[in-house]
Amino acid sequence: MTNYGTAIRDGFVYLLANHPEVFTIGQGLWSPWYVGNSMTNLDKEFGKERVIDTPVSELACTGAALGAALAGKRPIVIHPRVDFALLAIDQIVNQAAKWCHMFGGQVSVPLTIRAIVNRGGEQGAQHSQSLYSWFAHIPGLRVILPATASDARDLLVASVLGRDPVLYIDDRWLYEQEEELAPIQILDLRREGPRQTSKGEDITLVGASYASLLCKKADQELRRNHGVTCDVFDLRVINPLNCETIVESVQRTGRLLVVDCDWSSCGLAAEVIAQVAECVEPAVLRCRPARVTLPDAPAPTSSALESAYYPKMTTVVERAMSLLKKV
Amino acid sequence: MITTDDSHHLGKLADSNSYWDPINIDGEDPRELLDQLRLMVLIRCAEERIGEGFGKGVIRCPCHLVIGQEVPAVGLASRIQKGDKVFGAHRSHAHYLALGGDLRKLLAEVLGRDTGCSKGMGGSMHLIALEQGLYGTVPIVGATIPIAAGAALAAKLDKSDSVVVSFLGDGATEEGVFHETLNFASNFQLPVVFVIENNLFASHLHMSLRQPFDSTCRFAQAHGVSWQRVDGNDLVAMKRASSLAVCQARAGAGPQLIEAVTYRWRGHVGDREDQDVGVARKEGLESWKKRDPIQRLALALETSGRLDEGMLQDMRKKSQTVVAEAWEQARLDPFPAAEALLDRVYFK
Ligand SMILES: Cc1ncc(C[n+]2csc(CCOP(=O)(O)OP(=O)(O)O)c2C)c(N)n1
Ligand SMILES: [Mg+2]
Repeated sequence: MTNYGTAIRDGFVYLLANHPEVFTIGQGLWSPWYVGNSMTNLDKEFGKERVIDTPVSELACTGAALGAALAGKRPIVIHPRVDFALLAIDQIVNQAAKWCHMFGGQVSVPLTIRAIVNRGGEQGAQHSQSLYSWFAHIPGLRVILPATASDARDLLVASVLGRDPVLYIDDRWLYEQEEELAPIQILDLRREGPRQTSKGEDITLVGASYASLLCKKADQELRRNHGVTCDVFDLRVINPLNCETIVESVQRTGRLLVVDCDWSSCGLAAEVIAQVAECVEPAVLRCRPARVTLPDAPAPTSSALESAYYPKMTTVVERAMSLLKKV
Repeated sequence: MITTDDSHHLGKLADSNSYWDPINIDGEDPRELLDQLRLMVLIRCAEERIGEGFGKGVIRCPCHLVIGQEVPAVGLASRIQKGDKVFGAHRSHAHYLALGGDLRKLLAEVLGRDTGCSKGMGGSMHLIALEQGLYGTVPIVGATIPIAAGAALAAKLDKSDSVVVSFLGDGATEEGVFHETLNFASNFQLPVVFVIENNLFASHLHMSLRQPFDSTCRFAQAHGVSWQRVDGNDLVAMKRASSLAVCQARAGAGPQLIEAVTYRWRGHVGDREDQDVGVARKEGLESWKKRDPIQRLALALETSGRLDEGMLQDMRKKSQTVVAEAWEQARLDPFPAAEALLDRVYFK
C-alpha cells in the first residue's frame, strides 16, 4: 500500500530519474516539514542542484522556473501553501498561462507549479486557502486536483511531461489515503478529465481533491445506512473542465450535489452546476442542483470555529438526504 | 569584481563566540533599564509558558517563539510615542507585549478564545493592539512592509509627526515587496522605520544558503535609506539606534533602517530547541545562549550595583506568577460563538 504523500514522491523519483531536464525548486525542499512526506530526501538522492531549496522569493522562483522551461527544462515549482503562491500570481497568470497564445501558439511551456493546500491546525486566514477556482478561471493554465494516491503520482508525471503550464494542487488532508499502486501510467493530460468512481441511481455526487474523499465516504454511508445509491465523480482536471459524463449522469439521476471545500461565490461547484444546467432540459431535474461549500468567511483559527467551518462527510450525507426529501 | 563594504557584512556580530560580555550601560538611566529588564523577563516567561502549552497540545495554533530575541521589540518600543504605529509579522509576541499589549488577551488569543486580542480569529500569528499602536501582525512573509509604508504615507499627507515601524525578519528581505517598498519610501521620504531582526535564519535555511552577503543593510544603502546595524541582543545599543532612527523619521529625514542582529533559541515554529522544522539544529545554540540579552543586561546592572542575583530571581518569580495567573484566567475564557464565523467578515 502506498499513501498519497509517498505516491507524490514516487512521481518525483520517476521524473528525476528518467528525465534529466526535470528539476524542482521551491521553499522547504530540504526540510521534511513543509511538504510532508512528499519529497523526503529527494535532495540526497538527486542532488541539491536539481532539488533546490530557495530564498523566500515566490515570485522570482516561479518566474525563473518559467524561464528555464522556455529554455528547455521541465521545472516543478513548489509552493508549500497555495497562499504563498499568490505572491507569484503575475508569473502564473499573466505570463505562463498566456505565453503560448500570445506568441501565436509557437512556444510550449512545460512548467509545473505545485501548490499545496495545507489547512486546519488553527493556522487561520492566510494559511488555509485552496482557491482552485481562481486558477481554473484562467485559459491557458491546466489545473489538476488529484484525489487519490495513483492520481497524485500519475497526474504529476503527466503534468511535468506535458507541454503546457500546469497548476497541480495537492491537499495535505489526503496524504494518509492509501492504495495499492499499479506501475506508473503515462497519461496525456489533454485526454484526462472527471472520473466516475461509483455507480448508483438516486443522485449524482461531484467533488474534487479532498471533497472527492468526502463524496466517497458519503456514498458509502448513504448506501449502507440510508438505501440511497449515488453516481460519484471525481473531477481531477478542473481546467479545462469537461462535464459531459456528469451531464449524462444527471440525465439519469435527476439530482446533482456538488461538494467543494472552497468558497461558493464564482466557485468550482458553481461552474459544474452551470455546465450541467446549460446541457439538461429543466424537466430532467427532480430537484434543484445544490452545493456544499465553505461558509463565506476566511478560515478562523480557534478550533471551536474550525470544526464548524469545514464540511464533513456527514454534511454531504445530510444535504443529499434533504435533496432526496428523506429528512 | 564585486566591491563590498560594511553594509554587506555582519562580521563579528555573526560569530556566536563574541559579544558575551555584559553590555555597556554608561550614561543610561538605571531605573529605566530595570523596567526594561523586567519587561524582557516577562516576555521570556510568557514565551516559555506558551511554548509549554504548545508542547502539551493545549495551544494548537502555530507559535513562533521569540525567546532569545527580546531586545529589538523592547528597545524600539521604548522610543516611540502615542500616535506612532507598529506592524509585525509571524514572530510578534514580543512586539505586542513590549508595546504594552494585554498579556491575558495574548494568551487568550493563542488559546483560541473569544477574549483574545483578535477575538479568537487570529491565533499567535495575527495579533493586534490598536490602543498600544500595534496595527497588525500577519504571517505572510513581507506583507506588512508596504502596509507600514502606506501608514507612513498617510501620516505625511496628514502633516502629522507620527512615525510608523515595520518589524521584519532577514527572510522577508528576500521578497520583492521589500525592495519595492524601500525604493518607494525613499522616493517619497516617508516617516517609516524598518527594523530587521536578522536572526540569520529563515525557517531551516541559514542566511549563507539564501543570500550572497549576511547583512541586509546593503539594501538600505542601495535605496538611499539611512541605516544602522546593532547587536540585537544589546538593549542599550538598540535603544540608541531606535532613538536616532525614530527622531530622524519624525523630523522628516525620510525612511530609516535598523538591522538588529540576534538569534532565536527555539525552532522556527514550536517549542523545541533541538529541531527546526523537521531538521536537526546544527548551529551551536549553546554559544548563542551566552549572548543572552537578559543575562548581559542583568550583569551590567549588577556590576554597577543596581541589581543583585536575588532581585533578578524575584523578577522572574513575579513574572511567572503574573503569567500563570493570566494563563489560568485565559483558559477559563469562552471560545468564540458559532456566529462569529460570519459576523466578522465585514465591518459592522
Ligand atoms: C509569502 C510567504 N512565504 C513563505 C512563508 C513561510 N514562512 C513563514 S516564516 C518564514 C521564514 C521567515 O524568516 P524571517 O523573515 O527571517 O523571520 P524569522 O522566522 O526568522 O523571525 C517562512 C519562509 C510565508 N509564511 N509566507
Ligand atoms: Mg530570520
